[in-house]
Amino acid sequence: MVPIRTIPVEPGSLTYPDLPWIIEHREDRCTLCGHCTTVCPKECLHLAYRRQRMPRLDVLSNKRGSEYRTFTGIRQRTDMAHACIGCGMCAMVCPNEAIMPVPNSVERRTLFFTNQKGEAAKRGGRRNAPGATLLDRIIFDRISMLTDPALDAGRHEFTVTTTIGRILSPEDYLARRLDGGWIPTTREVFPFIIGSMSFGALSPNMWLGLLQGVAYCNEVLGIPVVMCTGEGGCPPWVLKSPYLKYIILQIASGYFGWDEIIRAIPEMQCDPAAIEIKYGQGAKPGDGGLLMWYKVSKLIARLRGVPEGVDLPSPPVHQTLYSIEESVMKMIQTLSMAFGHKVPVYPKISASTSAKAVLNNLVRNPYAGGLLIDGIDGGTGAAYNVSMDATGHPVASNVRECYLDLCAQGMQNELPIYAAGGIGKNGNVAQNGMALIMLGASAVHIGKYIMQATAGCLGNEQNRCNVCNLGICPKGITSQNPKLYRRLDPDQVAERVAETFMTIQTEVKKIMAPLGRSQSLPIGMSDAIGISDKDAADRLQIKYVC
Amino acid sequence: MCRLALKTAREPFSPYDVLTAMEAMQEGYDGSGLGLLLRGMEFEDFRYNPKFPILSGIAESEKAWRRLDSFMEERGYELKYDHKFHMKRAHMNGKDRYRYFVRAYRMPDRFADADQDARETELLKTRLALRRDGEEHGGDLSVFSFWPDVTMIKEVGWPLQVGNTLSLHDGQIKARVCMAQGRQNTNYGINLYACHPFFIQGIATMTNGENTAFVPIRDWLIGRNLPGYIGYQSDSEVFTHILHYTLKHLKLPLQIYKHIITPLNAAELDKHPQGDFLKGLRDACRRLIIDGPNAVIGTLPDETCLLVMDHKKLRPATVGGREGVWAIASEMCGVDAMIPDRDPALDFQPMREHTVIIPPQRKELTVWSQYEQFPLSQAA
Ligand code: SF4
Ligand code: SF4
Repeated sequence: MVPIRTIPVEPGSLTYPDLPWIIEHREDRCTLCGHCTTVCPKECLHLAYRRQRMPRLDVLSNKRGSEYRTFTGIRQRTDMAHACIGCGMCAMVCPNEAIMPVPNSVERRTLFFTNQKGEAAKRGGRRNAPGATLLDRIIFDRISMLTDPALDAGRHEFTVTTTIGRILSPEDYLARRLDGGWIPTTREVFPFIIGSMSFGALSPNMWLGLLQGVAYCNEVLGIPVVMCTGEGGCPPWVLKSPYLKYIILQIASGYFGWDEIIRAIPEMQCDPAAIEIKYGQGAKPGDGGLLMWYKVSKLIARLRGVPEGVDLPSPPVHQTLYSIEESVMKMIQTLSMAFGHKVPVYPKISASTSAKAVLNNLVRNPYAGGLLIDGIDGGTGAAYNVSMDATGHPVASNVRECYLDLCAQGMQNELPIYAAGGIGKNGNVAQNGMALIMLGASAVHIGKYIMQATAGCLGNEQNRCNVCNLGICPKGITSQNPKLYRRLDPDQVAERVAETFMTIQTEVKKIMAPLGRSQSLPIGMSDAIGISDKDAADRLQIKYVC
Repeated sequence: MCRLALKTAREPFSPYDVLTAMEAMQEGYDGSGLGLLLRGMEFEDFRYNPKFPILSGIAESEKAWRRLDSFMEERGYELKYDHKFHMKRAHMNGKDRYRYFVRAYRMPDRFADADQDARETELLKTRLALRRDGEEHGGDLSVFSFWPDVTMIKEVGWPLQVGNTLSLHDGQIKARVCMAQGRQNTNYGINLYACHPFFIQGIATMTNGENTAFVPIRDWLIGRNLPGYIGYQSDSEVFTHILHYTLKHLKLPLQIYKHIITPLNAAELDKHPQGDFLKGLRDACRRLIIDGPNAVIGTLPDETCLLVMDHKKLRPATVGGREGVWAIASEMCGVDAMIPDRDPALDFQPMREHTVIIPPQRKELTVWSQYEQFPLSQAA
């Protein structure tokens, strides 16, 4: 018996049933190869010596006794810094299926200890709230078979593109054609856009894979997918390549990487797809980016024009500007001008009760190319837990409100609204996206879904993994450490990008065909959707069905 | 699926001709409604001056009838002719209507020097005011059209039965253009106004099929805040309004209608002589893209007739005839019934890029393709 005093029990002591994930290890199968301990991003596995009593019975001499054996076993650390995140990498690499993390179904005591060293809990990923989202519950119910031969999603021709950029009213368009006025440029793109994930947040292999995949979708498959860079600029070779036309360049409050971009303008072979100005992010409204020193590699430092290995928190707002109205006006105009008024420029704001105010502000700005509304379920490179879990506004009602506001002004074709935040959270990406489109969005941005689908990101709704911010992503998606990111093959990511978008396209057609739509994306086709929640139906002004 | 028939001829003919064509196509509808539009009017007992606007509709009660009468008088309209249908109520199995009216008026004196625009706006506003008045009084008054040289009749029931009720075979009323549609819309409620054809300021269209892009188009049209862009009891009514918007508000040629409702795709536009203009037009009018299947048949104030298909072309429609008389119908047997003595080998079924136009001279058909250059030099 070991005296209690010799086991240190402190106020912050935890034992493994207190942790969110418990490692199950089978001694009988383990060959102690060490694969799991090597791969574990949190270094939470350790070898420990164990002693076991082996009962012995000597039948002939009728004597009982004990023997002891010592052996090496694998155990889980229980301190917060090394708590298992359930990423499952150990299970993935174990040759003998001897180890796996199991979610702990009892109350998680770790919640009380996530403030080690006085720092509030931070993580990457997005709000982890399991269960069906509102978007998951919307159904497409206006099935058109009363008077029509049904459309065949595989055989008929479908137009599944949308536009980025401001559109003039028919009257304005004709008048400007006649007197040679300026007609804003628009881009025809696939309505599922790869949302802003910055080149600082993603590993070089990940964004190379995405870029290759996007180019393949455009040039080989004919699906005009575009991707957004997020804050942090864009590698100079991409800026000077013909692939720039598939890229939406983001400028955010830190202006990181923009001197590179401005310098590259004279050498650009083509225009970027659009410019996105980030004012806010749905996953952490009112918070800036938090790129920590361990992700600021030499390459990232060069792209962003900063020293290597220093923390790069972006300020939460454009410090240089006085109000959102002024800021929207000045930034949009400046950036539109920088690109010769040939590139659509639009702002991204977090969904909020003031979204309508911003929208109406933009409607009156001839240089505004749209509005991206990012909701609470959106992803982020890093943010405080409390921001991600409890701050923000869902995107559906916000987009709907803004769309109806445009309708009332007869301008719903003119200023496109884009939606982001939690689309495909539970895997129903086409369904979620199309529901938002029918609520009034012209396109949707997807980030986390793309990471999960194309690179095998391990995050899920049970607060799993979510270490994107720490630079220890076990898949090498969000790490700047070559030892980790070389695990990710860019070619395979590109292949998955192509597969993903081919699938989304098929599913979009499968949704459009029974609704009898094939000639134009069903933006605002609110008669096609229903929900079995009376309050939600009233709020969204769609059908209540049950 | 609805059945549609249109006949246009230099010599006025009885609308009963077109109802016979409806009979030929009868298995296509269920008798839930008939809409009839006549243009180029001739009355047996009245020398009609085609400048007089004709008010047509239904008064359900004597009270409504009196209200209509005094309303028109107060507004300054002088009644010139009041057509009395020889009613055979025994044929009627629906609601017994108090009166179907077709009345020609002289414009109020204050419009003596008014320009065309002001007159047209006045006619539209008067019709809308009467329609509102009917709605405020429990729907006892329906006004379908108020326009020079146009009569419109709508009723729930089988086409021939409606024709017999109103004795349309008696030669009292004749017209140079007649459009008829059997069965009203089934997607939205059964309602008199929902019977095709739809009419606004001299422009009328009718459709078979279903417009699945109805709600976004309707929302957009209503958002224009233009007089008359209201109601929308049928998903097909927007076709008429888009045509009206194209011709009257955008002042574009008829050929552009097809480019607005079913634009070519990006690759086709790259090759089009006016591709650049059309791409911009497609963006600007994106919400007006229809999603059929539909065949749209229409007439314009100058007696031009047209037929277009949606992009999927999953609906039938044929046009045939000879110099001086032409017919468009959703079924070939319909054309046969209206113009039996034509060369059927010359009948034409438009493809999705075509707009069939029968010009007012009615000499020959114009089949205009979306791939061709269209007549609009300034803007494009
Ligand atoms: S699940 Fe992940 S974090 Fe947990 S022990 Fe295995 S490798 Fe380590
Ligand atoms: S797998 Fe990588 S990107 Fe995905 S949640 Fe984990 S750390 Fe983040």
